[in-house]
Amino acid sequence: MTAQDIYDILKAQFGDAILEAKLDGVPDPFISIQPEKIREVSEFAKNDERLKFDYLMCLSGVDYKGKLGVVYHLFSMTHRHKIVLKVQVPTDSPNVPSVESIWKAANWHEREAFDLYGIHFVGHPDLRRILLPYDWEGHPLRKDYEVPEFYNGMRVPY
Amino acid sequence: MCFTTMIESTVDIAKTSTGKTLRTEEMVVNMGPQHPSTHGVLRLEVVLDGEIVVDVIPHIGYLHRCFEKHCEHMTSYQQVIPYVDRMDYVAAMTNEHAFVVAAEKLLKIEVPERVHYIRIIMAELQRIASHLIAIGTFGIDMGAFTPFLYYFREREKILDLFEMTCGARLLYNYMWIGGLSHDLPPQFIDKAKEFCRDFKKTWKEVNDLLNYNEIFIKRTANVGVLPKELAINYACSGPMLRGSGVDWDLRRDDPYTLYDRFEWNVVVGKGEMGTVGDVWDRNIVRQNEMWESLRIIEQALASLPEGDVQKAIPKRIRPLPGDAYGRIEGPRGEIGFYIVADDSVTPYRIKARAPAFVNLSVISEIAKGAMLADLVAIVGSIDIVLGEVDR
Repeated sequence: MTAQDIYDILKAQFGDAILEAKLDGVPDPFISIQPEKIREVSEFAKNDERLKFDYLMCLSGVDYKGKLGVVYHLFSMTHRHKIVLKVQVPTDSPNVPSVESIWKAANWHEREAFDLYGIHFVGHPDLRRILLPYDWEGHPLRKDYEVPEFYNGMRVPY
Repeated sequence: MCFTTMIESTVDIAKTSTGKTLRTEEMVVNMGPQHPSTHGVLRLEVVLDGEIVVDVIPHIGYLHRCFEKHCEHMTSYQQVIPYVDRMDYVAAMTNEHAFVVAAEKLLKIEVPERVHYIRIIMAELQRIASHLIAIGTFGIDMGAFTPFLYYFREREKILDLFEMTCGARLLYNYMWIGGLSHDLPPQFIDKAKEFCRDFKKTWKEVNDLLNYNEIFIKRTANVGVLPKELAINYACSGPMLRGSGVDWDLRRDDPYTLYDRFEWNVVVGKGEMGTVGDVWDRNIVRQNEMWESLRIIEQALASLPEGDVQKAIPKRIRPLPGDAYGRIEGPRGEIGFYIVADDSVTPYRIKARAPAFVNLSVISEIAKGAMLADLVAIVGSIDIVLGEVDR
């Protein structure tokens, strides 16, 4: 199924929740979604017989300076087609519904995005830091992150 | 008490055969971060009921070196490649391959055929080298020491081939965006053919010695069964996914270079000794994959085209704003790189989709109900490299 067909199916189902799409001339065609709707869209994309996106290849956080984004790379083992979903949220209230209940693979990826970007995945069962120590302050992959001078009262030579 | 914590709420009373009462309660044991069978610095918080594993909570990040942040502060895309090497240090060549495939997708570069062929030869040699470590160390976890020695001797020969080609034995910086750092040296083809011939004997020997050994089968069959649907839901890949009976290999099903020119088979777990998706299946998939890799290498060596391996290397790499996700089949599974470009000479964002990171997340599911000793087998069969898990 082509990216255009996937877009048409999602647009017919969700209408205004589908914000924009770039389907030609890019390495990976992507569809932007309203962040509040990402869980519904994902659930539909996984369970719909025509789409059957049962494999979450990758989930990445991105800092777009002023906005934080989450990028979902989906793949269907059944139909062998791909699509990329993107959401953007303001940096000061970075709440995105979690898709952990749909693809278990999202569990650690979302924890990583929470750890390094501070994106809050609403509904995640275990949203803890994963790569950094539990008492670390700040989210290092944000573009405005500054390396702290102290860690637990100790000066960090850097 | 530094290693164990008692959970008071689950205290229970049991009677022994002599009628005496015993207090039983769940116990939390830390396995790692310094433990020989965690293959690096992984800490598993294991909740035990006697010897039965009730729950496993993995704690990772001990080897986190902020590689994704470093990659954003380079002076060119080319400088990212050494960092990519150090993510998965036992299969650096395939990590480079994944990164250059993603970058070439972003930049729309076509590389010469000879480059494709050499990359395939290197990637398959690396796959064998990585599986040799995986099976060798897994044998040690199961109490078999000899296969480890036999396999490390073979791995040295592969590292010699790499050293001959690019001067490095572990971290190569060999595959560049658009080409390779060096062409093959003149003696490489003969040496590689010699390796393929010799390795087949060791392969057969160890296959009989380890995989069909009664003790080994008893330790691994029906242990840590990962069902097909769960494997897909957790986005497992590589031998983890194929061991569970999913006929899926990116080299064949989402071709990224010239793999379609060679004749080879995708190895899938069949539950020969127990259940489909058990530890034994994952191990035999690795073992048989090495044989298929040998077939690919032999065919590629026999039909290696001529050409200049540096012809397509761009003088200056500055992609248009955009993003691309490239993925290849590494020894542990799907290695993917998501690159975001912003019209500058450095990447704006690089996300590494490390197969070991994703495969490890399923451990809580498959280890529940297993014996503590079997947990060692399960961790070994996932084939984790902590450098890649923690990045």
